[in-house]
Amino acid sequence: MVRFAIRRLVSMIVVLAAISVLTFLIFQAIPNGDPAQRLAGRTATPETVAAIRRTWGFDKPIYDQYAITMKKVFTGKVVSYTQSLNVVDEIKRDLPVTFSLAIGAGIIWLVLGIVFGVLSALHAGGGLDRGLTVLALIGISTPVFFLAAVLLYFLAFKTGVFPNGGYVSLTDDPVQWLYHMILPWIALSVLFIGFYSRVMRSSILDTVNEDYVRTARSKGISERRVMVRHVVRNSLIPVISLWGLDFAAIIGGGAILTESAFNLPGVGNFAAQSIGRLDVPPVLVVVMFGAFFVVFFSAVVDVLYALLDPRIRLSS
Amino acid sequence: MTDRTAAPLLDVEHLRVSFRTEDGVVQAVDDVTFQLGEGEVLAVVGESGSGKSVTGMTLMGLTRSPNARIEGSARLRGKDLLTASDAEMRRIRGAEIAMIFQDPMTALNPVQRISTQMVEMIRAHHPDIDRTKATMQAVELMERAGIPRAAERVRSFPHEFSGGMRQRVMIAMAMSCSPAVLIADEPTTALDVTIQAQILREIKELCQEFRTAVIMVTHDLGVVADVADRALVMYAGRVVEQGTLDEVFYDAQHPYTWGLLGSITRIDRPRPHRLPAIPGLPPSLLNAPQGCHSCPEPATQLPRSRR
Repeated sequence: MVRFAIRRLVSMIVVLAAISVLTFLIFQAIPNGDPAQRLAGRTATPETVAAIRRTWGFDKPIYDQYAITMKKVFTGKVVSYTQSLNVVDEIKRDLPVTFSLAIGAGIIWLVLGIVFGVLSALHAGGGLDRGLTVLALIGISTPVFFLAAVLLYFLAFKTGVFPNGGYVSLTDDPVQWLYHMILPWIALSVLFIGFYSRVMRSSILDTVNEDYVRTARSKGISERRVMVRHVVRNSLIPVISLWGLDFAAIIGGGAILTESAFNLPGVGNFAAQSIGRLDVPPVLVVVMFGAFFVVFFSAVVDVLYALLDPRIRLSS
Repeated sequence: MTDRTAAPLLDVEHLRVSFRTEDGVVQAVDDVTFQLGEGEVLAVVGESGSGKSVTGMTLMGLTRSPNARIEGSARLRGKDLLTASDAEMRRIRGAEIAMIFQDPMTALNPVQRISTQMVEMIRAHHPDIDRTKATMQAVELMERAGIPRAAERVRSFPHEFSGGMRQRVMIAMAMSCSPAVLIADEPTTALDVTIQAQILREIKELCQEFRTAVIMVTHDLGVVADVADRALVMYAGRVVEQGTLDEVFYDAQHPYTWGLLGSITRIDRPRPHRLPAIPGLPPSLLNAPQGCHSCPEPATQLPRSRR
């Protein structure tokens, strides 16, 4: 277990270093991305721009600039170029929104994906299976921004059943929080439900043909017990690992479209706005933050894996 | 030898099993008739695809599916296994007729403890036995099947056991409700040669203790000679030869049986230049051969497809 933790920690450091270098270099390559120009503002004289360039260190070699920026990131002093706001504080403020979105949607898509996948597999080839397959394909191919727009138009703008975007903190008003989160949860979940139900279906159809399922049947236990104890449990393993990574990506700012469409001030929305302003520090921090969660949750998934499947040992 | 006048324990008559596949109808079992007496060991011999496993699985009710057609009758103590309802079959499976499969590496659920899997079977047929008592029974059965330190190892997972030990677990599990019939589907094929004989002996001894009749599906004539009272030779889904060991080994009537017997190499005979083999492949059962039905007279030519 200790060795597992150390190995994961090392791989996390490697991933974060690589991701941060890549992000930093991409912004160097983007045209019209001179940070001194942006900090100085539109009406600045060349002298001011030059002064800023010197005080911020933009005239130094790239690796020096990278080192300076990374130092600021890890001391929590990194500020955005365009707004001079502390990026870490911004992300801290946005995190509860993103967590609300990710946890709610994550539970919805995991549960419904498994349920629809099981139903589909049990009726494989039948009418219900075909119906669910069509629904899954529609869900997978509907863009989030389109689904969000449709939901907002009909359920918020036209009928007023749900609020037209925005966020209310859970600690301020739990009922309003739930009320504001329902549409974003649906919009974000639909794609994943479709995808997960397909994965679950094929996983079950693979497991059904395993020898140990035949053994289970030969024992004379009920078909229901065969399905629940022997088939579904073994079929869950690939779905759980997928879920960990998708969930991590959403927390790390991956729900840019959903957050923008519903005007949720989350991490993804913050990243989207920063990218629009070609503002390196916030983007860099959000990307590293997302990578951290992906690596972290893949470790969590491995632990879950070991619990679900005793053949897997963490130390080996 | 069985007394043919008394009602047999298991009476299979004109069993036919066919499966609808994308390529056409496969006649896997074609008019198979045999009897099994109390405590008798019957060997079902034949090469891969001769329908011996399907016969065993059909008796367990494991081939039932919308794509399978099952005809004939198979009466266990007068009760027809082929027409029994799914619920009746579930009560019979495991309790009256149990099965051991070919590959012990995949036959146990990898994510459940041995104890869980054995207790599940015991409690499926004896729900009044509580978990603790069922676990004790499982340990006792494992010890009788030759698993040392069973009390400690009952909590292990299948991957912590070797192939031979897993097959012993399967045997212990199959015997846990003292069934009247045990179907052993090539129980030693996937095991090391060194433990094959041990496993066969465990099966035979346990079945004698429990007075369980055995249908030993195999393609190994050595196994037949070791454990069987009678043998039944299958070829292309049909029974081509049936009788006591002496009849089958020393007075074989069918050319396929000659071929099988001829392909054994013996340590007490001069070594042949090449291992004798039956040429070609067994016929495809998609278009089953017509010429050689039950073969009343010895046929000279076996219907085999050439490579």
